Amino acid sequence: MTTTTTPQTQQPAATPRVSFWRDEAKEPWRRNLALIGVLILLFIIGAVIRPELYGDPKWVFDNMMVILQQASAIGVVTVGMTFIIIGGGIDLSVGALIALAGVWCTTVATQSFGSAGMIFTAVAVGVGAGLVNGVLIAYGRLVPFIATLAMLVAARGLAARISGKQTQVSTDQFINSIASTRPFGIPMLALILVAVAALGWVLLNRTTFGRRTVAIGGNAEAARLAGINVRRHTMLLYALSGLCCGIAAIMLTSLATSSQAAAAELYELDAIAAAIIGGTLLTGGRGTIVGSMIGVVIFATITNLFAITNTPTEAQNMVKGGIIVLAVLIQQLKFKSVKQMLIRT
Amino acid sequence: MSTPNLSRRSALFGAAALGTLAVASACTSNETPNNTQTKGADTNNPNAAAGKQVTIGFSAPAADHGWIAAITNNAKAQAATYKDVTFKQVEAGKDAAAQRAVLETLIAEKPDVIVLLPHDGKELNAFGLKAMAAGIPVVNLDRAFPDALAYRCQIKGDNYGMGVAAGHYIGKALKAKNIASPVIGEIAGMDELELTQERSQGFKAALATYGFTVSNRRAARFTADSGQAEATGLFQALNKIDAVWNHDDDQGIGVLAAMNSSNRKEFLLVGGAGSKAAIEAIAKDDSPLKATVTYSPSMASSAISLARLIGQSKGMADLVELQVPKEIILASETITKENASTYLRLGF
Repeated sequence: MTTTTTPQTQQPAATPRVSFWRDEAKEPWRRNLALIGVLILLFIIGAVIRPELYGDPKWVFDNMMVILQQASAIGVVTVGMTFIIIGGGIDLSVGALIALAGVWCTTVATQSFGSAGMIFTAVAVGVGAGLVNGVLIAYGRLVPFIATLAMLVAARGLAARISGKQTQVSTDQFINSIASTRPFGIPMLALILVAVAALGWVLLNRTTFGRRTVAIGGNAEAARLAGINVRRHTMLLYALSGLCCGIAAIMLTSLATSSQAAAAELYELDAIAAAIIGGTLLTGGRGTIVGSMIGVVIFATITNLFAITNTPTEAQNMVKGGIIVLAVLIQQLKFKSVKQMLIRT
Repeated sequence: MSTPNLSRRSALFGAAALGTLAVASACTSNETPNNTQTKGADTNNPNAAAGKQVTIGFSAPAADHGWIAAITNNAKAQAATYKDVTFKQVEAGKDAAAQRAVLETLIAEKPDVIVLLPHDGKELNAFGLKAMAAGIPVVNLDRAFPDALAYRCQIKGDNYGMGVAAGHYIGKALKAKNIASPVIGEIAGMDELELTQERSQGFKAALATYGFTVSNRRAARFTADSGQAEATGLFQALNKIDAVWNHDDDQGIGVLAAMNSSNRKEFLLVGGAGSKAAIEAIAKDDSPLKATVTYSPSMASSAISLARLIGQSKGMADLVELQVPKEIILASETITKENASTYLRLGF
């Protein structure tokens, strides 16, 4: 999957200096810069419409923190989703798994075990359901789209059964306080997101696990021939996504001080969209955690901007949908032009 | 090679995961408090005496929402209070088409009366007509059939009235505080539903009589997490708020969470629907939640009582008419600290 054409050994002095804007290896950097440009543009739009708010530095900082807080749960899910998509798969069940893990960890029985019991349950349910996804896809040879779609329906059903279709309020002081704690003015949930994203970055870029993920997503057959246990790795990827859902379930339970079967509606769409906007190739083999995280922040900023400008929800959904289509279109065009370039040379 | 080792390891890992799930599955039990809104037999009521045996067929959507759950629980519980009622519930399935399919089989079983909360009144109107033509009276619950021939009796809540009640409560309270141009926020429910639009229209109209308008309106999804998200957005948009109406007490749990985490309590909060938790909070009077306007699922209990009377060809004892009326619209009541104790029984 490498596209670099720079000769390195023969004539080091004559190595053509590829500019930052042309170098294919720098593509993620350029993309992230462009995304940050989009963030700045969103900020300017807000400042033009509500100058009295954006003129107040205290409000601006506070608002940024609120955006990060609101992006935190979906951000954690997106880290898992980025791994899945880079590995050539898709996970449509993330929202449902959050609801299931959230409901399971807020039952009266689980809450009686205290905060640790709640966290353990949420994570165990997430990983367990993720493993089921993984086993079905890797060993049962189900298409990821179908397997996780089935899990989406089943997990929401189970969540509704467990909760008796009621909203389950969390009475655990520690869990509830996570969302309202702000060390150094930074929301605890945002710090958790940063920690998870950092771990995800290390896992993707500095470990064999990460390299295998990229290899499998790039070409599963080649990865298998190279000696990678593709099935086991695929299974682990879905378990990883499930783990992220478990963590996100705790975060969302803390934010809403409750959980219910209908919670985390359409999180799968938001997570997939954020990953794509961040440059993760839907066909697998390529993507960055940093890009995905900026994608998440862009989505949260748009939501925030719509609230601040008092724009109706339907407009928000239309814009979100439009952005997703645009991001995929740009991705395809780029991919095509890279291919054409390779054919020409 | 190490392959056998690996598979043994993964087997162990798998077993550990299964064990964890098994342990966790022990954690699914929920105490289900007996929290239904029913009315037991009143001995002074001539209708209380057991009469002709009536079989009531019942169908309501199985949504993941407290209100709908309360509807089904209430219907069941109310039916259980009558010795002369056989309650036959059919699952409503996922959507209007699925509900229509199961209702077809219900007609074939020929119950005496059918109580129906349709997925969509317009889409199931044809079923109402068919059941009525087959000689089975239909009690249409909440989501109305457009065609008057499709039901024998219709009992529903008043969404527009709910908005009006909330608007009047907020209007009066702010007038009393002498606030000339108040900042009023609204956190609506699912925006694509007609009922949400009606509630918002009523709210707007009532506020207009005081010369007030809504400064910012956010639409949540009737869930606590969406309520939290939309309330947070609202608080960012408005630096100082005088009053907020939140359409639904279930999503209100999230609204309260957002208020706590962003430390915004300067305003007057009015809820909607009338959940038990909200009524308790109003009675306690230690939060900005000062009132809630009802849209009570107790209507399901009343629908069963009406169905029984229709099945036995009796009227409502207090009224002069010998038969049950054709239409009953519940008034949206405003629950405040003063009357919270009376309404606690109706909280769901």
